[in-house]
Amino acid sequence: MDGFGIRIEGLRKRYGAGDTAVDALKEVNMTVAPGEVVGLIGPSGSGKTTLLKCLGAVIEPTAGRMTLGDEVIYDGGWKIGDLKALRRDRIGFVFQAPYLIPFLDVTDNIALLPMLAGRPNGAARQRALELLEALDVGHRARAEPSQLSGGEQQRVAIARALANQPPVILADEPTAPLDSERALAVIRILNRMAQQYNTAVIVVTHDEKIIPTFRRIYHIRDGSTHEEAGEGREIAD
Amino acid sequence: MISLAGRDILHSWGKFVFTGVGLGLLIGATLTMAGVYRGMVDDARVLLSNSGADIWVVQKDTLGPYAEPSSLRDDAYRALRGMPGVARAANVTYLNMQVQAGGENASDVRVMVVGFEPGQPGEPAYLVAGRQITRSHYEAVADVRTGFRLGERIRIRRHDYTVVGLTRRMVSSGGDPMVFIPLKDAQEAQFLKDNDAIVNERARTAANPSLNRPGVPGLLEAIQASQTTSHSVNAVLVQVRAGHDAEAVAEPIRRWKHLEAYTRAQMEEILVAKLIATSAKQIGMFLAILAVVSAAIVAFIIYTMTLGKLREIAVLKLIGTRSRTIAGMILQQALGLGIIGFVVGKISSALWAPFFPKYILLEPGDALRSFVAVMVICAIASTLAIRAALRVDPATAIGG
Repeated sequence: MDGFGIRIEGLRKRYGAGDTAVDALKEVNMTVAPGEVVGLIGPSGSGKTTLLKCLGAVIEPTAGRMTLGDEVIYDGGWKIGDLKALRRDRIGFVFQAPYLIPFLDVTDNIALLPMLAGRPNGAARQRALELLEALDVGHRARAEPSQLSGGEQQRVAIARALANQPPVILADEPTAPLDSERALAVIRILNRMAQQYNTAVIVVTHDEKIIPTFRRIYHIRDGSTHEEAGEGREIAD
Repeated sequence: MISLAGRDILHSWGKFVFTGVGLGLLIGATLTMAGVYRGMVDDARVLLSNSGADIWVVQKDTLGPYAEPSSLRDDAYRALRGMPGVARAANVTYLNMQVQAGGENASDVRVMVVGFEPGQPGEPAYLVAGRQITRSHYEAVADVRTGFRLGERIRIRRHDYTVVGLTRRMVSSGGDPMVFIPLKDAQEAQFLKDNDAIVNERARTAANPSLNRPGVPGLLEAIQASQTTSHSVNAVLVQVRAGHDAEAVAEPIRRWKHLEAYTRAQMEEILVAKLIATSAKQIGMFLAILAVVSAAIVAFIIYTMTLGKLREIAVLKLIGTRSRTIAGMILQQALGLGIIGFVVGKISSALWAPFFPKYILLEPGDALRSFVAVMVICAIASTLAIRAALRVDPATAIGG
């Protein structure tokens, strides 16, 4: 690592062409260090989701440069041939809803990623159990997702995002369905995991409860970002 | 790697199994239809085998005695016995009719009444109960599928017969169980008119001046006597001497006796390729329709199940699951459904086959072919769902 988990420079995304073209992202610049959790805040239609999709290698930006760890993954075009492998191995996703696979138990929901990456089943499950213990849901390892509370499900989703030790995690409003206490618990966990696993975390949120917890916040408005310092309020255990 | 399909099936096994059972009943119906066709073919072959004949001699230019009516004089067999290569020749009659059993109130049974000469070709091949016919008249041997019991009295035309023996798998090519009676009785049953008709016929003959000539004594009586006797049979069954070729024996019969002679292969061709050809096509159409319906059901079920998992599929794609893994999951589920359906279908067809009025022959080869067909149909049917799954945009897992 050369000091950042993910760096975005001059990222642009245009939908359509000609008179109907829409510039969803005009000038996005971000840097998130390993172990750091930053907030990405903006009103509806500001380009948050488009940015998340670009960062997640789900849609292709129009211009700009993205660097993940020490590797340029986008520079006017994808520099990585296998985007699925990129998403699987180097980007973790946490969604608004946990979106756990209902027909897999908790352990296998997490172990699935390392397995998809080619790790042996035993090693993948061992990794899953370690993450579950780290997230204080080790006792729910054999449970089905439907048997978990909302907070437990979100912890499992975070564990899944960490399964392949990605350098960056993209969290899309991960606290939206949770009450204040649980929402703050999720952010506390994300902070702890980010530091423990040296992972850069970008949290897209509207949630007023958790915004004061970020040390750095990127505001996005009309497709452009600007950075400001956050309160960095400590979250009590 | 985890079997995603297997886990999904285990997770929602109730829905899966019940769907499989529904599909299985449809597959069972398909297997039964195939069994009906096989049964018809087997009935035809058993009919030929049990007749004990190598050659069927019938009326010229007919496909008798099973596929078309055939009538020939009952003394034709004498001439045939003298033909080179003929070991035995015997008259037989075949007549499909309703036979009443157990008194006036009992229901009719559709049977094929066979007239034969005891100890000659055409006799029931084996008995499962009772004895062969030993008297010249009014005894019968019946196939067990008639439902008749030993000692039961059955009525054929105007005479009552006692069932003295029971046989098995003796059915006509149409599936009607056989009732064997002495040849003379069978000839009467088939060719002799009832008493009123005979009296009427005699009166008409007597009123005809060309047949009732005063100057020719005995003419009228001779003509009337000929009208009340029956000297026709439907076929002569011929057994060929060891070492002789059936076709070589049949050829002189055709040439010199002005009769039609069919070998076993030719008769099988008539029964299988001609007599039941329309039924076979009908069954073939049913099989095709059932296959299409099965495919449509599997496609609909798998498609619906896949639609219910689009969000999970989007997440799987977003976290880097290969398209072939997702396609494999859906394909395996479709094949799993097919396996459940096939097992249920095979068991159900075996369970309900004995209750069908016609013989259902479920051959292992047909089951194997059906299994392959079910797997292919399921694989094809899953393509719609696979297509839907592969079109899912992983971006839909991310809100917006």
